Amino acid sequence: MSVAILGWSITLAQVLLTLAMACAVLRFMRGPRAQDRIIGLDTFYVNAMLLLVTLGIRSGATLYFEAALVIGLLGFVGTVALAKFLMRGEVIE
Amino acid sequence: MSAPDLPLWAAILVSFFLVAGALVTLLGSIGLWRLPDFYARLHAPSLGATLGTGLTLVASMICFSVLQGRPLVHEVLIGVFVTITTPVTLMLLASASLYRDRVEGNDAAPKKDPPPTEL
Amino acid sequence: MTRLKRVLPYPLLFLALLGMWLLMTQSLSAGQILLGAIVAFGGCWTMVALDPPAGRLRRPSAVARLAGRVFVDVFRSNLAVGSIILGNEDRRTHSGFMSLRLDLTSPYGLAVLAIILTCTPGTQWVRYDPSRRVLMLHVLDLVDDRYWVRTIKERYESLLMEIFE
Repeated sequence: MSVAILGWSITLAQVLLTLAMACAVLRFMRGPRAQDRIIGLDTFYVNAMLLLVTLGIRSGATLYFEAALVIGLLGFVGTVALAKFLMRGEVIE
Repeated sequence: MSAPDLPLWAAILVSFFLVAGALVTLLGSIGLWRLPDFYARLHAPSLGATLGTGLTLVASMICFSVLQGRPLVHEVLIGVFVTITTPVTLMLLASASLYRDRVEGNDAAPKKDPPPTEL
Repeated sequence: MTRLKRVLPYPLLFLALLGMWLLMTQSLSAGQILLGAIVAFGGCWTMVALDPPAGRLRRPSAVARLAGRVFVDVFRSNLAVGSIILGNEDRRTHSGFMSLRLDLTSPYGLAVLAIILTCTPGTQWVRYDPSRRVLMLHVLDLVDDRYWVRTIKERYESLLMEIFE
């Protein structure tokens, strides 16, 4: 009983998060400007991180936690670098 | 449909937080699609980054604490990390976009800063 | 006190780094505590080399009150922004820029204010001009800008000034 409840709600959460990622990808492809694309990419990273946490709950292994942390870190660094690039045209001044 | 075998109360709690977090995150991403201009869209991802992340992490904490029989709160790290980094990215994006809009002289951003509102 | 400061220049940072290490390794064994203490000690002395501006926390009770307020406001503003997103075209086009004068000058206080404003969706920090002490914001639901000035100044800034100044 509890396995079924948890299994179905995890599936539902995964579907919802995938839809959220699809929205972010749509914004990334649509633009219209570079900053819109970057914000789509940033949202995509956060959603992917949450999807990994959800996968971790399904498998019951804490391994996914580290993967989620790394994705969050990479997303942050990538977005900051892109935003810096937009502002000045170079990443490191 | 594999899932960890939790007691019923824990399964219901975890399910609730998980679905609520995913819904809030989806709402934020829909906002990214529906809001009309870039500066309005800046507000959308912070939905997923605050309440969405928070609820999902609470679900994960309850699940692993019950599974392993001891309080396991390492998800707090993700929460702290996301809370500290989201303002940095959004602030940088906002100022970069403002700078670009002003250099190009288009109507998306005001030409001058608005005067401070006094009470 | 001074002797403690000489060995351990940032006790709070030390505790935070140690806590982070223990959370990462997910254990409380003596070996991990020792390793974490060494890492945290190194981190504190790296911080000395970076020489950050001085600042200190006052009034733990005010910190707790601020945390409570922010916790409530995160839920409220998420609901508000969610209803705007799902609402009709008319509600989604009220966003705009506004400025307000801040009395808070502590860099740490401003950093925390930036985090609070971002964590409550609906307000977005755009830029702060330290010479005029003017903060420029973008607000999603800009119907009455005085409401936002009052909210920020009364709910957050007064407590932040108690804590950091």
